[in-house]
Amino acid sequence: MITTPIKRRTLLGAGFAGASMLAMPSILRAQDKSLKVGVYGGYFKDSFDKNIFPEFTKATGIAVESIAEPTGEAWLVQLEQAARAGQAPADVSMMSQVAMLKGQSTDLWTPIDTAKIKNASDLLDRFVNKYPDGRIAGIGAVSWYITLVTNTDVYKEAPTSWSAFWDPANADKLGLLALVSNSFLLEVTAKTFMGGTNALDTEEGLLKAFEKLAEVKPNVRLWYRDEAQFEQSLKSGEIPMGQYYHDVTGLAAADGHPVRSTFPKEGGIQDSGCWALSRASQKSEEAHIFIDYMCQPSIQATLSRKVGTSPTVKREVTDLTDKEFAAVSSDIEPIVPRYDLYQTKSDWLNQKWTELIVG
Amino acid sequence: MRREPPQTLGDYLPLLFPAAMLTIFFVVPFGTMIAVSFFQRQQGGFYTPAFVFDNYARFLSVFFGGVLGFSLMLAIIVAICCVVLALPFTYMLTRMARKVQVVWLVALLSILSLSEVIIGFAWSTLFSRTAGITNILVALGIMAEAKALTPSFGAVLTGMVYQAFPYTVLVLFPALVRLDPTLTEAARTLGASPLKAFFTVVVPALRNTITATLIMVFIFALGSYLLPQLLGRPQHWTLSVLITDQAIYQSNMPFAAAMAVFLVLVTLGLVALTVIAGRKGEAA
Repeated sequence: MITTPIKRRTLLGAGFAGASMLAMPSILRAQDKSLKVGVYGGYFKDSFDKNIFPEFTKATGIAVESIAEPTGEAWLVQLEQAARAGQAPADVSMMSQVAMLKGQSTDLWTPIDTAKIKNASDLLDRFVNKYPDGRIAGIGAVSWYITLVTNTDVYKEAPTSWSAFWDPANADKLGLLALVSNSFLLEVTAKTFMGGTNALDTEEGLLKAFEKLAEVKPNVRLWYRDEAQFEQSLKSGEIPMGQYYHDVTGLAAADGHPVRSTFPKEGGIQDSGCWALSRASQKSEEAHIFIDYMCQPSIQATLSRKVGTSPTVKREVTDLTDKEFAAVSSDIEPIVPRYDLYQTKSDWLNQKWTELIVG
Repeated sequence: MRREPPQTLGDYLPLLFPAAMLTIFFVVPFGTMIAVSFFQRQQGGFYTPAFVFDNYARFLSVFFGGVLGFSLMLAIIVAICCVVLALPFTYMLTRMARKVQVVWLVALLSILSLSEVIIGFAWSTLFSRTAGITNILVALGIMAEAKALTPSFGAVLTGMVYQAFPYTVLVLFPALVRLDPTLTEAARTLGASPLKAFFTVVVPALRNTITATLIMVFIFALGSYLLPQLLGRPQHWTLSVLITDQAIYQSNMPFAAAMAVFLVLVTLGLVALTVIAGRKGEAA
């Protein structure tokens, strides 16, 4: 049972927290074989330390030293600089998709041999991160959904489409994420009005999406960076609609708050993190065993139940009940963010986005 | 105690420690920042050492000019509000009994212990529609229905003035305590009203202190980046918010550094102007 309010994706200050926690890694058991695993600090690390790593050590005899890593890109920078010096602060790390792409550009990730990962066949395709030449850079670790959330006191009927954001009736009622690279609203716009995220391939397409998105601005009361700020306002009905994390909203609803999370017909936004192996690591063998272990349907199901993440493997192979599955995911085809854009066009997108919401 | 200039190397020793601290914790980081601001940004990667002006060039646009202008204006308004409120307050405080003064000062100091986050969340609750102060006004029959006062410019300003007010009082307090009470007494004997005595005697006598306080609050307010996010709309975000975005979320250190250097330069320029204007005023 998860009772703590979830701050795992909070970026603000995570860098400092991460850096200070690096000094005290928790060593589970001193054994011959060991592996240093970087996990997002805070909620994720606590959950993994409690629910996953001890079982892994029991099953494989490999001791895990878990390391709290800051989300965002600070950890990528540290891994990269350490790898240049031949050091690996962690062997395997949980990395965001954009960080995966950035690491690919410097060959930071040791290619993963799927022959050694017998559970790889159950993975959904989108959770296998590949180099442009086809080598495998990372394997899906966890994924989660950002969905359309509403306050049930204010909205008796659940909205069915992301287009609710554009409805003039919702003027000054929305809370949306403040950054182009974490709100994924361009993808939402493209999927809802432009036939799919492929419409963002060209600059014209992107500009059209920006133009359409500009119509949402009068409806937005809060552009949030801090999750707690929006969650509080959503619960109280101060800001009755917006985008938020599906699992956290579900937990709030279970606690009796008047909130609901809806998968719009265009799909929820599915963001995810990968396991990736630093090229400076000497523990390739153990790392493959670890990644294989994490890809097991039973472990993915455990993660869904205990951590609230959505499975990276096909639904059929897990033993999740309908209710358990619905708590973390949906059968509606998700909107998968165009991570490539945040690598190749990040400055341009950021500039346009900032001008859009600040201007 | 004798005061004479230090003569031997040993006399300078006590200075070494603060000098070293200043070098390690200010000069070196600031120098690094200036260096990074000329580095080449690598989109989708990190940055490479270089000497390019791209980062500054990107900043020189109408958009960033507007944000910079807003940040400076906000900081100036906060400084003026704080001094206008704190000067009469502190003046009256210094005229009170010692015990009352201690209570007030402790209360003000306790505000300093609150983090910006707590101040921001507290004000956003006070200004909210569902739990805010407008509900009291409705209960009193002054307002027809509760409404949200945040996000707005007024909310940002209130939060920032609240945060800077204790500093302002603490800076003004020593000067006002030391102010010779016979000055106002003389003015009063000559027939000035208390209000007139305050404005014609107290305020001019404290001109340098007031200028220094304005500059201090201005610089303090310029660095604020959390309150504008918590209490304002995006158009109320300061340059510090955008610097944070670039540094933390876009990992564009060179551009963030360039913006920060620019902000420091503009700030120093404004402070220099104020000091020069103050000197001219004294000479006249």
